[in-house]
Amino acid sequence: MLGPSVAWYLGVAAFLFGTGALGVLLRRNPLIVLLSLEIMLNGSNLALIAFSRHHGNGDGQIFALAVMAVAASEVVVGLGLIVALNRKRLALDVDKLSTLRG
Amino acid sequence: MVAASAGNILTWIVWVGAAFACLGSGIAVVTFKNPFYSALALIGNLGSLAVLYLLLSAEFVAAAQVLVYAGAVMVMFLFVIAYIGHKFETPWAGGPTWQTVGAIGAAAAIFIEVIVAIGLKAGGRLDHAPHVARSFGTPSEIGRLFLTDHLLAFEITSIVLLVAAIGGVILGAHSRRAETDARA
Repeated sequence: MLGPSVAWYLGVAAFLFGTGALGVLLRRNPLIVLLSLEIMLNGSNLALIAFSRHHGNGDGQIFALAVMAVAASEVVVGLGLIVALNRKRLALDVDKLSTLRG
Repeated sequence: MVAASAGNILTWIVWVGAAFACLGSGIAVVTFKNPFYSALALIGNLGSLAVLYLLLSAEFVAAAQVLVYAGAVMVMFLFVIAYIGHKFETPWAGGPTWQTVGAIGAAAAIFIEVIVAIGLKAGGRLDHAPHVARSFGTPSEIGRLFLTDHLLAFEITSIVLLVAAIGGVILGAHSRRAETDARA
């Protein structure tokens, strides 16, 4: 394979996953939490495709496409919830949405 | 041989550019105050990831990434952000709280854990990559896999998308009814 080996791609994937986790933990705006979740999913997708290339097996790419479909569904439901929150005039702050806390 | 090494250097240059664009735009998504700019940075992140997918000879996944993610999903995101309006937050205002410190510590712990796990489990075996067939990652190969070996996953994916679409409609309709109730 020309260019860097799989380990470099895995390093980028791990960094992306860590960045996304930082955003999910740190930010309070649910929109940015969703965007950070997308970064985490894309980090795992990159690892899947890197391993797929490493083993010369297309199954990892199929898994990555399934992850993309799940991410699209997650965005639909998440954005629907955010729009519903906004219509009910609730604060868009994940720290203040604590009614369900036990 | 000379041509092969020139190709190798070119691939490295493209990889370094795409990887740093990817990491930089990922950090930008997390740190921008304005969610609109965060969404735009995420489009850049997805585009540079598509370049990395191309380097891994995953042509179909790269095309799907640009079409589905950077196209459809991000347009939906931008519409919702424009609908809700800019709601700034100031994540870096004031001193570092215990929450900030904990989040940065947890994210760093995840990153280091993944790196150490990769290094310990597969350190020596990741250096060489096999030659793959020319058809690897092409749309016909992906379609063949989807319709033979992974038919169940293909069908379940369609059910997941259908359920998500119904859920989106129900969420929108419910909140509209609540709004008319509140107005009456």
